[in-house]
Amino acid sequence: MMHFEFDIEGGDFTRAGFASSQLKRALKQLVGNHKVTKRIVVALYEAEVNVVAHAYKGKVIADIDTERITILVTDEGPGIEDIELAMQSGYSTASEQVREMGFGAGMGLMNMKNNTDKLEINSEVGKGTDVKLVCYLK
Amino acid sequence: MQRKDFHHALKIQKEECIGCTHCVTICPTEAIRVYEGKAQLFENRCIDCGECFRECPVNAIIIEQDDFNQIFEYERRVALVPSVLIGQFPSDVKATDVYSVLMDTGFTDVYEVEHGVDILAEKARTYIEEHEEQKPLISAFCPAIVRLIQVKFPALVDNIILLHPPLDVAAKYYKKKLLNKGVAESDIGIFYVTPCAAKIAAVKSPVGQEESPINGVINMDFIFNKVYTNIRRGYVSKSEHKLKHQLSPEGVLWSLTTGEADNMQGRALAIDGIHNVIEFLEKVENEEVKDVDFIELRACDESCAGGVLTTTNRFLTVERLKKRATIYRESDNRDSNEDLAEYRSFLDAKNIGIKEITPRSMMKLDEDMAEAMKKMQRVKEILQCLPEVDCGACGTPNCNALAEDIVQERASIKHCIFIQRMLEQRGELSKEETYEIMKSIWGQEKFNRNC
Repeated sequence: MMHFEFDIEGGDFTRAGFASSQLKRALKQLVGNHKVTKRIVVALYEAEVNVVAHAYKGKVIADIDTERITILVTDEGPGIEDIELAMQSGYSTASEQVREMGFGAGMGLMNMKNNTDKLEINSEVGKGTDVKLVCYLK
Repeated sequence: MQRKDFHHALKIQKEECIGCTHCVTICPTEAIRVYEGKAQLFENRCIDCGECFRECPVNAIIIEQDDFNQIFEYERRVALVPSVLIGQFPSDVKATDVYSVLMDTGFTDVYEVEHGVDILAEKARTYIEEHEEQKPLISAFCPAIVRLIQVKFPALVDNIILLHPPLDVAAKYYKKKLLNKGVAESDIGIFYVTPCAAKIAAVKSPVGQEESPINGVINMDFIFNKVYTNIRRGYVSKSEHKLKHQLSPEGVLWSLTTGEADNMQGRALAIDGIHNVIEFLEKVENEEVKDVDFIELRACDESCAGGVLTTTNRFLTVERLKKRATIYRESDNRDSNEDLAEYRSFLDAKNIGIKEITPRSMMKLDEDMAEAMKKMQRVKEILQCLPEVDCGACGTPNCNALAEDIVQERASIKHCIFIQRMLEQRGELSKEETYEIMKSIWGQEKFNRNC
C-alpha cells in the first residue's frame, strides 16, 4: 500500500496540476496498465483544478494498492448546491476570470465520472466538498 | 540489413570518454550512467535524440554511419536528400551545383525527400478527421519523438498518426519508379543523407514496419564536407544534374518548425526541443490541453535545421530555407503535375500506413506491482538520506536516480560522496575503502594523474 498526500492552494493556477503530476510519476513506476494510470490522473487533474478554481484550500490523499487506486480530494470552500445539476455537461459556476484562463467549461465533473470506476461527491454548502475517485487496476 | 530491437547510432568511445557525467545529466530519459570512469548506455531507454552527442566536451560520443563505399555495391545509387542539406550551404551555392557534385562522388540519382509532401499533408488531414477520438493527434515525423512516447508516455502511443513520414514514402516511391523502369531490385541502393542520429535508428530498427526501404545512411556532416570542399576548390562538375522537378515551398519548409502544423486544419501546434516536448506531453497526458487537433513535435531546437549532424548554425539554415521557399512560391517551376499524379496514385495504393506502435515503458520499478511498491518505499527512504544536491558525482543523473539504482541493485549508497564523508567521520568507512569506491565510479585513470 502506498500513501500520498498533497496540499492544494485555492486561486493559485500556477500550481494546479502539481498533485496529478507527482502521482502520475509514481503510478508510472508502479502500474503496468498505463491506460488506467492516464484515466485516474486525468480525473485527479480535473478535481485539482476545481479546488483551485472554487475553494480556499484543499487536500489530495491518494492510496494505491494492487487492486485499486483511491483518491480523496477534500476542500474548504463554497460547496456545491445541486450536485446533479453540476454533473451535467456544460454547467459551470466558474467566474469570467477563470474561464478566460481556459478553465471552467463545465466539463469537469463529467470528465471525472468518465475517467473513474467510482465517483462519490459529498458537499455541504458554505463548508466544502469531498470527492472520492476510484479506479480498479484489474 | 540486420534488424535489432534497439539499434543506436550513438556510440560511446571508451578510449575518449573522461567520465565527466555531462551526458548523464543532460539525457532526457536518464539512459546514461558512469561506471569505471566511462559512460554506459541503457539501450532500452535511449531514444536516439542526440543530446549527449551535443553535450560531450571531448567528442567521445560518435554517430556511427555506413561506410560510404558501400554505395558501390549497387548499380543504381540513389542519394535521398532532405531539404535541410541545401540549407547548409551559403546562398550563392545553387542546389543544382550541390546535387551535381554529389553525383560526381558516386551517386547515379539524387532525389529530394520532401517531394509530394503536399499530398502527404492531405492524407494526414483526412486521417485527423477520421480519428476524432484520438485527438490530439501527434505526427510520426520525428523518430526520436516516437521513441520518447513509447518509453516515457506509453498512454499516448495511440495518439501517434500511423502514417509514414516523408522519408519512407520517398524511398519506397523512388524504388518503385526504378523498378517500373526495369531496374532489378537487387541493383537499387537507396542512401539517406541524415541530419540526425534518430533517423539512423529509424532506418536500422524501424518502428511500425518490418523493414526500412532504405539501404544505408550517410551522415550529413560527412556529405557537406565532401561537397563543400569541392565547391570551394572551384571544382567543376562533370555530371550536370538537372532537377527535373522542384520542391514545393511547403516541401522546402516541411522539416522546419511549423512545417507540418501550418498545413493542418483546426488547432495545430508545433513544438521543438526535446525538453519543451516533454513538458508539453506531460500536459497532454493529463488532458490539461483540450481541443487541440494536431501536434507537431520535433526533438531538436529549430527541428531538423538543428539536427546533431548539421554543420551550419540552425538559425542561418532556417533563414536560407525560408528565402528559398519564397523564391519557389514566386516561380512557376513546381513539381510537374505528371510526377505528382504518379506519386498520388502510389500513395493511394496503401503505401502510406504504418502498423500499430507499441509502448515499451521503461519506468516500472518491477513487473510485480506489490514488489514495485516495496521498491518505491525503499527509494523514498533512501532519498531521505541522500543530499539531493544532484551533483552527479556518483555517476547517476540525480539523487533520485541513484536511489532507484540502489534499489535495483545497480549501485550502492556508498557511491554518494556525501554519505562517504559521513561514514568516514563516524569511522565506519576507511579512506582506502572510499578510494576503492570512487575508483569504481570514476575509473583508475583519474587517480593516477600527476597534478
